[in-house]
Amino acid sequence: MSWTFGKRGEARGETRGDGRRQWLRAALAVPYGWLLLFFLAPFAIILKISVADPLVALPPFTPLLDWAAQGWERIHVTLDNYLFLFQDRYYAVIYLSSIKLAAVSTLLCLLLGYPMAYFIARRPPRWRNLLLLGIILPFWISFLLRVYAWIGLLNTHGVINNFLQWLGLTDQPLPLIYNDFAVYVGLVYSYLPFMILPLYASLEKQDLDLQDAAADLGARRWQVFLDVTLPLSLPGVIAGSLLVFIPATGEFIIPALLGGSDTLMIGRALWDEFFINRDWPVASAVSVILVLILVVPLMWFQKIQARREEGVL
Amino acid sequence: MTMHRHPQAERPKDGPGAEPLVRLRGLTRRFGEVAAVDRIDLDIYRGELFSILGASGSGKTTLLRMLAGFDTPSEGSILIDGADMTAVPPYERPVNMMFQSYALFPHMTVEQNVAYGLKKDGVPAAQVRERVAAMLDKVKLGRLAGRKPNALSGGERQRVALARALVKQPKLLLLDEPLAALDKKLRQHTQFELMNLQDELGVTFIVVTHDQEEAMTLSTRIAVMNEGRLEQVGTPGEVYEYPANRFVADFVGNVNLLQATVAEAANGEVVLDCPDVGGRLIALCDSAPAAAPGSPLWVALRPEKILLSKEAPALAGRTVLRGTVHDLGYFGNLSVYRVELPTGRILQVSAQNRVRTARKTVEWDDEVFVSWDAGSAVVLRN
Repeated sequence: MSWTFGKRGEARGETRGDGRRQWLRAALAVPYGWLLLFFLAPFAIILKISVADPLVALPPFTPLLDWAAQGWERIHVTLDNYLFLFQDRYYAVIYLSSIKLAAVSTLLCLLLGYPMAYFIARRPPRWRNLLLLGIILPFWISFLLRVYAWIGLLNTHGVINNFLQWLGLTDQPLPLIYNDFAVYVGLVYSYLPFMILPLYASLEKQDLDLQDAAADLGARRWQVFLDVTLPLSLPGVIAGSLLVFIPATGEFIIPALLGGSDTLMIGRALWDEFFINRDWPVASAVSVILVLILVVPLMWFQKIQARREEGVL
Repeated sequence: MTMHRHPQAERPKDGPGAEPLVRLRGLTRRFGEVAAVDRIDLDIYRGELFSILGASGSGKTTLLRMLAGFDTPSEGSILIDGADMTAVPPYERPVNMMFQSYALFPHMTVEQNVAYGLKKDGVPAAQVRERVAAMLDKVKLGRLAGRKPNALSGGERQRVALARALVKQPKLLLLDEPLAALDKKLRQHTQFELMNLQDELGVTFIVVTHDQEEAMTLSTRIAVMNEGRLEQVGTPGEVYEYPANRFVADFVGNVNLLQATVAEAANGEVVLDCPDVGGRLIALCDSAPAAAPGSPLWVALRPEKILLSKEAPALAGRTVLRGTVHDLGYFGNLSVYRVELPTGRILQVSAQNRVRTARKTVEWDDEVFVSWDAGSAVVLRN
């Protein structure tokens, strides 16, 4: 992409506002360019592969355009891969199971994260940063390491089971790992900060006078929360939920390391298609459908945001 | 409680028979070592428009928050209408508050904001609608009922906040800097609206403000607060003309403060040695202990009580000094002069511009006389 700036000759007649607008345009071009280059272009490639036929070749799929001597001859497009996904019940089950795992994790994150965010937002300012640091600190350790640590904790002869047996609460190790429970633990643990941070941001900027005003008008503590605090923190709730739900749906490492053979998540199916079946077109179709599934809640969020802003104006 | 009581019947009755609506006894609030509110005793009567006047950090907001129930006193008690409210939570007090920020719920319409308190009290929906509509009419907001607070002007928001606090017909309305967020023109207009509304509804108002002009025009009585203590409680006239001490004299209005010692005292009059002005002053003083010869005193002189003239004024009972005009400010309706005395001390003098002229009658560096009555000089103990 190229941007033409006013030539010197034109610049004389140009007002300061025009120059500024051009700078603004140039500044806006950076994020758009980034998205175009690193999001839209790769997505277009995936989309292209998803309408190809698999081949035992390099690359392992048919090209979009067949070249003949006179130039391109025909466009090669097939919807077989999508048809396959819709016909095979296995994929519907995986999508639903992923959504269920992600949705329950999101809910758990919300239930755990809201009180934590609320607590931090109501501390004196010098405490808040320290507590927030505590929330962010785990990011300093590699994600993979942290998930591995959970294996050590949840294992049949891991820390938790040994401790429970030492206490005498159980005489046989509990099945804590390689099942959905372990995946929930991993997802909630890993994505909780993404819930807490936006919740904190919206709770922290809430005017405390509003809570006092509600109490002054006759609302008890729980009524103040339901009538004022919660509705005003809704943007944070939605932002946090999306930040957890979207990556959790496509999560691969956590179900791969902590889940059992019966834990069905789309990330694992994707891995299997790409690297075990080496069926790139079907794998691409799987990820295109995943993007479509995730775009729906995003559009819903956009709509709510727009409505909220309209209400403000 | 009945509405539309005659305002005159509601003015403070300081007599022993009158039952105060609010009675504070030994009220104290400490934050760590610091007492934000320090042993306050105060009675406020039904129908009063009572102002608590103080600079920021004087403890006036803490006092108001304790009255509303947002803050718990460290010591002392709060009685409202005879009932002990010291430990009663805000949602059970017959008190409502108008916040400085207005604290309107941004996600509710004007109507929902005003209705909120009634709904929390379990008032039937039909009655809620009726009372909200009546209150919105009273503050002339009926046509904006469906708007969100963000779509209102500052003055409109202030009226919504007022309507929301008054619709519950509280025994006591607390107003935290009610006019501070408005521009000057609107402030004056709103001031009178507030007074009319208070007269009409007969609700007792307690206003917290840092603006002494606002306190003077609004209030039946003023409490001047400083460092958690009440320096003086009285009508605007009392506080202005008979300040209890140096702080009040200095905080309320402009004043010249002079240090002096008693030279002689006789029948309510004292003659003071005042090195500040390089001579003697006469002042009225009925307090015997303060008037003992040799005791140090402060004298407060309001700028408008001092007469400035080019010719020597008639002497009888007046203190007369000479000086030169060091500075002058013209405000249209009045002029303010800073007159330098031979001792180097500067006195502030203000005078109405009674004669219509564009020329100045007194100029910079003019030799002038300043003079005042014995009764204009206020003797302060501290």
